[in-house]
Amino acid sequence: MIEKLKFRDAKLASRIVNKIRGTVENERTIKICHVCGTHEYTITHYGIRTLLPSNVEVIAGPGCPVCIVPASEVDEAVELAKRDIVVTCFGDVLRVPGSEMSLLDAKAQGADVRVVYSLTDAIKMAQAEENKEFVFFAVGFETTSPSTAFEIANKPPENLSFLVSHRLIPPAMKLLAEMEDLGLDGFIAPGHVSTIIGLKPYEVFPKTYRIPTIIAGFEPIDILMSVYMILRQQKRHAPKLENEYMRAVHPEGNMKAQELMNRAFDVIDSNWRGLGTIPTSRFLLKGEYRSCDANLKYGVKIERGIDIQQGCKCHLVVVGKTKPTDCPLFMKRCTPENPIGACMVSNEGTCRIWARITIPYSLPASPI
Amino acid sequence: MCLAIPAKIMTKNGNLAQVDFGEAVLREVNVSLVEAKVGDYVLVHAGYAIQVLDEQEALETLRLWNEILQAEA
Repeated sequence: MIEKLKFRDAKLASRIVNKIRGTVENERTIKICHVCGTHEYTITHYGIRTLLPSNVEVIAGPGCPVCIVPASEVDEAVELAKRDIVVTCFGDVLRVPGSEMSLLDAKAQGADVRVVYSLTDAIKMAQAEENKEFVFFAVGFETTSPSTAFEIANKPPENLSFLVSHRLIPPAMKLLAEMEDLGLDGFIAPGHVSTIIGLKPYEVFPKTYRIPTIIAGFEPIDILMSVYMILRQQKRHAPKLENEYMRAVHPEGNMKAQELMNRAFDVIDSNWRGLGTIPTSRFLLKGEYRSCDANLKYGVKIERGIDIQQGCKCHLVVVGKTKPTDCPLFMKRCTPENPIGACMVSNEGTCRIWARITIPYSLPASPI
Repeated sequence: MCLAIPAKIMTKNGNLAQVDFGEAVLREVNVSLVEAKVGDYVLVHAGYAIQVLDEQEALETLRLWNEILQAEA
């Protein structure tokens, strides 16, 4: 399907870039924010920023769930691992810094920490080793939360409980929209979160905040097209919500997944690493699923941790106020091999992506 | 982490399906979050299909792009 539609077609890209250049009339900076690590990967990997006029800036918001999990929740996972409980997690969660150590550090000290590709793997492990206690550290946005909700609603093994750190994207976007010093002119909304939540949660952005909002796919043409759609709306002074990723995002989203999330979770205010408390932004297991709640089962609750290490600029990188290359630690003390800040850990973290792909940020626009 | 990869459902057995990610990569995934049948393309995220990809909508995207690019900004 992808080949058929040429989502990476150079001629089409060139045509869109010409339209973009023709739409930007003056030198006013136009700031567009995306909130998805996979979008940042596409943008950086394909050098999209180098194709845009110099006054059209695309910044990365808090679109990496691994980057915004606060240290206190990593500390809870580490604490459980130290108590001879098998902690399972996705690969990119392993090295997220806690206040004192990551899960990888705990593993190095002898704790049983296991990487899984899917929650299904953790369930299989718990079933196979009934004499051990297992915890799944459930990190992720709305894309990931339905699988946790599904398994919790379907009676997981009794020796498996959950440290639920799932967070919701629209409340974080609201925080960005309200940051006056950020001054956003457009949102590229996360395509895969949207496959679950649909269009409705984004309506507030054009309506209340007058910010053009485009739900976008992950191919380079998707990104270029959504930038053009935002610029077109800006020119017409007519902000609205548009769905560029209609091959995967249905207006109503995935109703089955939404129903499962509603059944399993309450929504509470919560701390995001580097951003502080965001209202109604985290899932908490509902009362009837208390037996699956690792915090309650093991009486582990850590209120505060050290989210940002000295010198680290993750709290500014995560809202696009600072580029990774402007952080004094970037690729000096903080590297993919030895991350100091959470943004350097996951393949979806802005610093990690910039570290791997060394396209200079401010190349002159190419003459296509 | 919200990476999702398109794959084609080859066989299905209850909640589980064998999907083909292309280039001979086959894997068992959970398809209980979607209404999908053998032959459908689904987006797979961390071992669970989260949405069915719609070929008609994909073709419609191409038409829409052309329409947008032909119109005045």
